[in-house]
Amino acid sequence: MSTLSESASTALQLTLSSDPVLWAIVGRSLSVSAAACVIACGVGLVLGAWLGVARFAGRGAVLAVLNTFLAVPSVVVGLVVYLLLSRSGPLGSLGWLFSVKAMVLAQAILVLPVVTALTRQAVEDAEHAHGEQLRSMGAGPLLRSLLLAWDERYALLTVLIASFGRAISEVGAVMIVGGNIDGFTRVMTTAIALETSKGDLPLALALGIILLTVVLALNVLIALVRRWRERVDGSASSTPVGVAA
Amino acid sequence: MSGAVADTWVDMRQVTVRYGRVQALDQVTLRITPGERVALVGANGSGKSTLLRVLHGLADASGGGFQCHGDMRQAMLFQRPHMLRTSAQNNVALALWLRGTRWRDARTAALAALQRVGLQDIAAQNARTLSGGQQQRVALARAWALRPDVLLLDEPTASLDPHAKREVEALMADFATSYGSAGPAHPVTMVFSSHNLGQVKRLASRVIYMEHGRVMADLPVHDFFNGPLPEAARLFVKGEMV
Repeated sequence: MSTLSESASTALQLTLSSDPVLWAIVGRSLSVSAAACVIACGVGLVLGAWLGVARFAGRGAVLAVLNTFLAVPSVVVGLVVYLLLSRSGPLGSLGWLFSVKAMVLAQAILVLPVVTALTRQAVEDAEHAHGEQLRSMGAGPLLRSLLLAWDERYALLTVLIASFGRAISEVGAVMIVGGNIDGFTRVMTTAIALETSKGDLPLALALGIILLTVVLALNVLIALVRRWRERVDGSASSTPVGVAA
Repeated sequence: MSGAVADTWVDMRQVTVRYGRVQALDQVTLRITPGERVALVGANGSGKSTLLRVLHGLADASGGGFQCHGDMRQAMLFQRPHMLRTSAQNNVALALWLRGTRWRDARTAALAALQRVGLQDIAAQNARTLSGGQQQRVALARAWALRPDVLLLDEPTASLDPHAKREVEALMADFATSYGSAGPAHPVTMVFSSHNLGQVKRLASRVIYMEHGRVMADLPVHDFFNGPLPEAARLFVKGEMV
């Protein structure tokens, strides 16, 4: 108990201090996850919106695969990206393994199904509600998917925030493809795992507190967006999302 | 949906529509000429909405022949008007933009259309925050802005309060006397479904009674309400009038 309280006290001091090592790790975590989300959202929003409107043979199978990817463990994603980027892999010539780029790629792949599936659901619900009206005005599937995604922008904003939460709280994939190299590819989650195994609990706890604070801030942001949306047009999000650390 | 038929907007022969096991339309044959005001009446599930959707190209016929005058511009109103999360003006402008009008010109035309339905003061308001009646008037403005030759309405006043119902009906009457892209000599063709027989009497020139996807009676409005009717239609009218 005393170890926990001492660790918590030191962790708080570290958190409030301007320790360059700690804040470099936090900064790297935020930038890697932000970059991964930008990439995943760029692809996932368009793909999800299109899947929400398009009707084609095999769509059910595509959705089943997509939903399966939602439950893929991050270490599996890490392993696949590792195999792709390893020297003998198809993308080995890029030389990305054990770099920040590899971590961004792994997190983007991890988050892509989340963004795509939630966007698909939001746009498909909107298509059921408004699709016929837009069709009657002459909008084809692609234009309809873009218009409906734009119309569901508040719901999709919470999807983006949730995907960032998923990325920043992930540990397995970035550990495998980043290598947790001090000052280079070490991020909050990998640092927590390492410091805990070394017995440096204060630093691990400090990082845990910061990580939880980031996730809490994201959840507060989601709630604020939802409340703002309800005030703007009197309707709540049809896609309940949240962030888990 | 090709091949113009002289003096005819649409010519349907034995059209059938199936949704799985459900026979939504069963060998419907009808002809609508430009300028007619056709009311579709019948119980829920009788095929009125499906017929409107087929006429507008939103549903495909699974059997039968269907010829439609391709040059006639159409617009459709639904029972629950669908508004995007943007201003009333943008909702109207979007319809024009989708037909190829430049966005700036579309917004100008949208404001004029909103003025026509008496909603110019709330043009900048989020359309989703408007009342049901106001949203239906925005939907009418959206249709008006397109200057359609044919207006299809699926129970446009069914979910409105009596005051809003009167307002929308007055606008429908106004619409029926206007003209579309073909010019003043060609009044708008209007096809609407309704459960309100008073409204049918006031607005329609012709009434089609449907049951189980079939046309059971197709008569001028005066004959429908005063002449002999098939038994099912007679009972329907009696039930509705009481």
